[in-house]
Amino acid sequence: MMMRRLWITLTYIVVSLLLLLPLYKIFTGAWADGLSGFMDALLRAQSLHALKMTALIVIIVTVINTLFGVMLSIYLVRATWLSPLVKRLSNSIVDLPFAVSPVIGGLMIVLLLGPNTVLGTMLGNVGVSIVYALPGMVLATLFVTFPIMVREVMPVLQEIGDQQEQAASTLGAYSWYTFWKVTWPNIRFAVMYGVVLTVARSLGEFGAVLVVSGNIINKTQTATTLVYQDVENFNVVAANGIALVLAAFSIMLLLLMEWTKKRKEVH
Amino acid sequence: MHIEVKDLNKEFGSFHAVQDVSFEIEKGKLIGFLGPSGGGKTSILRMLAGLETPTSGDIYFHGKRVNDLPPQERGIGFVFQNYALFKHMTVFDNIAFGLKVKKQNKAFIKERVQYLVELTGLKGFEHRYPHQLSGGQRQRVAFARALAPEPQLLLLDEPFAAIDAKIRTELRTWLKDMIGELGITSIFVTHDQEEAIEVADEIMIISKGKLEQKGTPWEIYKHPQTPFVASFIGESSLIERIQCFKGFEDVATSSGIKALIRPEYVEVGKSGEIVLASATMDAAVKHLHFRGSEWMIELEIEGQRLITYRSLEKEVLHPGEQVKVLIHRAYLFNEEKSWIMENPLKVDPLPIYI
Repeated sequence: MMMRRLWITLTYIVVSLLLLLPLYKIFTGAWADGLSGFMDALLRAQSLHALKMTALIVIIVTVINTLFGVMLSIYLVRATWLSPLVKRLSNSIVDLPFAVSPVIGGLMIVLLLGPNTVLGTMLGNVGVSIVYALPGMVLATLFVTFPIMVREVMPVLQEIGDQQEQAASTLGAYSWYTFWKVTWPNIRFAVMYGVVLTVARSLGEFGAVLVVSGNIINKTQTATTLVYQDVENFNVVAANGIALVLAAFSIMLLLLMEWTKKRKEVH
Repeated sequence: MHIEVKDLNKEFGSFHAVQDVSFEIEKGKLIGFLGPSGGGKTSILRMLAGLETPTSGDIYFHGKRVNDLPPQERGIGFVFQNYALFKHMTVFDNIAFGLKVKKQNKAFIKERVQYLVELTGLKGFEHRYPHQLSGGQRQRVAFARALAPEPQLLLLDEPFAAIDAKIRTELRTWLKDMIGELGITSIFVTHDQEEAIEVADEIMIISKGKLEQKGTPWEIYKHPQTPFVASFIGESSLIERIQCFKGFEDVATSSGIKALIRPEYVEVGKSGEIVLASATMDAAVKHLHFRGSEWMIELEIEGQRLITYRSLEKEVLHPGEQVKVLIHRAYLFNEEKSWIMENPLKVDPLPIYI
């Protein structure tokens, strides 16, 4: 009994030290100069631009990730025309970004598509720049977040099995109709959970984006890389201000995550 | 729908699940695929539905080859073993699914679903979800859903397997009556011989991917064509040396003949109880088992085990007791052929009139 109490107290202390204290510090740091200091930090041109870039990346990445993640999950679980070997192989490759450090992921993109590479030069000649521009940052974030959706949707597809879909086919429904009326209602909460996780991950992505973007102010700077730069420049109030906005989003996402998780289990 | 299947084969990798199966089914018949689990029954059913592609062979509906038609175009209804109900839809929406796919108008859908709900005794449950129903009710929903688009062939995969024994008998009778009333050609898969005998007009015995025999339950019981069918349908004891039995001494010993003897072919009694005393032989009672409405008796005759039943009305036997046994007939077989042999001693060659 005593031991258990001790452990519980210890857990609370660790949680508050690791999570609540920093959050409190961010909060007080952001308000160190009062409301005006906080607003100034947020309304700087580079802050607005960085937040816009982050929002843009989050939206593009989430949309692409959701579409392809769901598609790939369906193929990996259901496709009979894929040999088991191909399925197993692609299944392991999906996990690669989880195993590789995001910085290395970003570096791979630079090495493949950077301005000094064959592909990069070719694309540059047509007027498309990937690295040190938005496309590269989107690619880097995609790389980092790709496994999330697949890992959420695949187990659900495996669990529900293909009998309901087969039943729909004997009742005359073709694949598109079956997907929307039978498969989608079963996986939608898993997809939503995947979306929330993808948003959270791409919102906070730092390493891969930093390497790919070059962190150019008012051009390729995102919210997280701006926080990094503000800290470097000893602009602590501004860094805390941006961090607070990101933290607020994270808490919102966390609540949404809890809600979708509950719904996911009901059905 | 008239169905014809020719030389159907299905291989899953190196496993030959269905081997050269051919048969014909007349319109309106209720057919039972019977056989041990893993024997290929479900594979045949799924090939008929178009859910599985045959490795070779042809399937004809109404004389038209349907091998290349997807399940959507075959005009079949399929009841899955675990029902596969759409769990996020109400009973009403489940049944209406096939009609909505065909873009029928709302009034028609409502009327048709209402009719099926009443037919299957689900009135009042239209707005429930599958997880709020009992096993028997789910089965009825699956049945109604399959029937809604008016299929010409109804396929049922182990329809009673997931239902508890008590309601199973009730549902069986219900299903048989329902199918009879609708006059729809139906095939169901089962591994339970009692179920097949009770429900089906005709039974097809399938084992190890092969069609062993097709016929009415009575025909199959009376004239099993293969040793497998003889041992699978009804009960029987396998006898290695039939020559030890009175009346069967003349059976050739050389060609590896074995015998199957059903309990109902065996008459057992205390000495003097069996009228045809000259055709009886001695046996020892080894065990007695009370079976509710009769005794099951395990006999030992020259080291061979034989089972039979005895009415509760007759005098009770005891283990170890010496009794008289008359074998009316035996089902004999060897590698090449099989036949039924009547006990020749039953026809007394020299009747003595007193």
